[in-house]
Amino acid sequence: MHKFLIRSFVSSLVLLFTFTVAAVAKDVKAAFVYIGPTGDHGWTYQHDVGRKAVEAAGFKTTYVEGVPESADAERVLRQLANSGHDVIFTTSFGYMNPTNKVAKEFPNVKFEHATGYKREHPNVSTYAARFYEGRTILGTIAGTMTKSNVIGYVASFPIPEVIRGINSFTLAAQKVNPNIKTKIVWAFTWYDPGKEAEAAKALIDQGADVIAQHTDSTAIVQMAEKAGVYAFGQASDMDKFAPKAVLTSVENNWGPYYVDRVKAVANGTWSQKDTWHGIGDGMVVISDLDSQMPADLRSKVKKLQADLASGKVHSFTGPIYDQKGNLMVAEGKTADDGMLAGMMTYVKGVEGDIPK
Amino acid sequence: MIKIVKRDQPSRAIFFFTPVLAIFLTLVAGGLIFFILGFKPFEALKFFFIVPIADKYGFSELLLKATPLCLIAIGLSFCFKSNNWNIGAEGQLTFGAIVSGGVALLFYEQEGFYILPIVILAGAIGGMLYASIPAILKTYFNTNEILVSLMLVYVSKLILDYLVVGPWSNPEGFNFPETRQFSDSAKLPILFEGLRIHAGIFLALAAVVISWFVFYKTYLGFQMKVSGFSLKTARYAGYKGKKMIILVFLISGACAGLAGVGEITGPIGQLHREISPDYGFTAIIVAFLGRLHPVGIIFASLVVAITYLGAETAQIFMQIPKYTGQVFQGMILFFLLASDYLLFFKIKFIGSKK
Repeated sequence: MHKFLIRSFVSSLVLLFTFTVAAVAKDVKAAFVYIGPTGDHGWTYQHDVGRKAVEAAGFKTTYVEGVPESADAERVLRQLANSGHDVIFTTSFGYMNPTNKVAKEFPNVKFEHATGYKREHPNVSTYAARFYEGRTILGTIAGTMTKSNVIGYVASFPIPEVIRGINSFTLAAQKVNPNIKTKIVWAFTWYDPGKEAEAAKALIDQGADVIAQHTDSTAIVQMAEKAGVYAFGQASDMDKFAPKAVLTSVENNWGPYYVDRVKAVANGTWSQKDTWHGIGDGMVVISDLDSQMPADLRSKVKKLQADLASGKVHSFTGPIYDQKGNLMVAEGKTADDGMLAGMMTYVKGVEGDIPK
Repeated sequence: MIKIVKRDQPSRAIFFFTPVLAIFLTLVAGGLIFFILGFKPFEALKFFFIVPIADKYGFSELLLKATPLCLIAIGLSFCFKSNNWNIGAEGQLTFGAIVSGGVALLFYEQEGFYILPIVILAGAIGGMLYASIPAILKTYFNTNEILVSLMLVYVSKLILDYLVVGPWSNPEGFNFPETRQFSDSAKLPILFEGLRIHAGIFLALAAVVISWFVFYKTYLGFQMKVSGFSLKTARYAGYKGKKMIILVFLISGACAGLAGVGEITGPIGQLHREISPDYGFTAIIVAFLGRLHPVGIIFASLVVAITYLGAETAQIFMQIPKYTGQVFQGMILFFLLASDYLLFFKIKFIGSKK
């Protein structure tokens, strides 16, 4: 009799527990904090596409757009943590310190910070994409398609993320065309259509016939369209903004990661991680290849894409030299993640100096 | 029939009534906009103006947000009262923050009671230096202070960009555009545990008291007022115009610089590219909504501060686009300027006769 009672008590406890977990799982709410408007067709737009994927997976989401990286970020985060959100994605580098600060106060809320490096509390994860893999593809295309052998590159800020992109792009272009030069214009903005267009124009005036960009607006591809040169879309598929100029785009695809992490919160399996996904995991996506590209180039790019995904090819495979001719990566070796994360030197073939 | 008649003299009662009218009209128009967007207007207004400040934390955030607005607007009122159009408070804020942040970084990982006063003073001096540029150019070269002060805003932001990307960037920060975190001795003390409201609010309150005293109890205040009404009269009375121009710009710059100090040594705790969501520009609305009166500016800064908080709350709870906060700020200014018409004109209803 006793045993029966205990057994039924235990089993009902287990049942109760399962039900609670199931009930909680359904109620998981995710919040997203954006730096720009959801209609920027670049960085924030793609994060919002990812948020919609979370909604489609059956979870409730909230977002706040245009949150400045000033003292306001902390208040928005606290308010979201306070109003029943279980996981909060902070999608800009400048939210790093506020994210860690608020995470300390809300140990039961999970925080996911994009592109940062601080994980001061067990409830903070960081995630970023290996966009440089996409830039290896773009470099291959640019090196093949250029006639003037001058490639323009509109850069945002001199941080490792951007330097890494320039290097990866240049290395790939050199591989198919040893004579190319990459000219850089620093726009010192992530999103400013006016400045970006000016930068693109300056590069075109200097003879660049392919323009790459590490800023978010569609102004550069539109300028390229007007000038009759080639360009690549950034963050989202920008083909419709400049159908002649855009050869392909590197898309930021956050959806799978977001769904994965929100599900992990729902299942109680979430744990701190530092994620850096590339083409292989589908976080970096190459849009359709334009038909202006010769067929053999297109098949070459497809193969390169598959090799980058499988890990057969690494964007930074030696020998790699810096501008002064010093060896950065020895022959047959690849750059490790530590080197990539702190990359602050140009490779040979990039013109100019990194602004200091 | 309605007839519009010019007043003999601007009405003093209407002078203080129109800001209230402007706020009322903003609420009505805002409710209408919410309705058109498909939201319940009263619920939306509740989330916009009541929910954000309904608890202790929310109220402390309101004060935190209003502090820089109030401080800058008080400074601007010195300029505006005396007919000097300083539009560049944002630049003076930025430059003040740069100077004070630089000093705070010099004291990195150091302790001492003397550090904070030096950091605060540095911010005020930075703001004054930056405001002195349009003032000196105006007095000695007759340049337009609106243009000069405005363009200097962009210059100050570029200087800040340069410093946080380059020489002042955190050596352990992977070259991201931000400085190190300031040491605790360089930060304004927090007033209540768990809240963000800091001692900077006393700077704003001191500015309110001092400005009231100067405006209404001193000869300088009288001179400013006369210059504001008529520069020719001021000159005829023998006031030293140049000195006053420079003085009001310095006061205004110091206030904006202090507002910058409050942000970086208060809630932010470091220098990075985005230290102010355009407080220097929003404070212009605050100054006019407060009728350039110290007490009016206190209320105006609270009203404008709540449009920031309300926009966040409304987006979180009702999915109303956050940019409606800016629409509200714009509407307040618009209705204020529009209702100022009543200052100089009155509307007469005349019974129609057949």
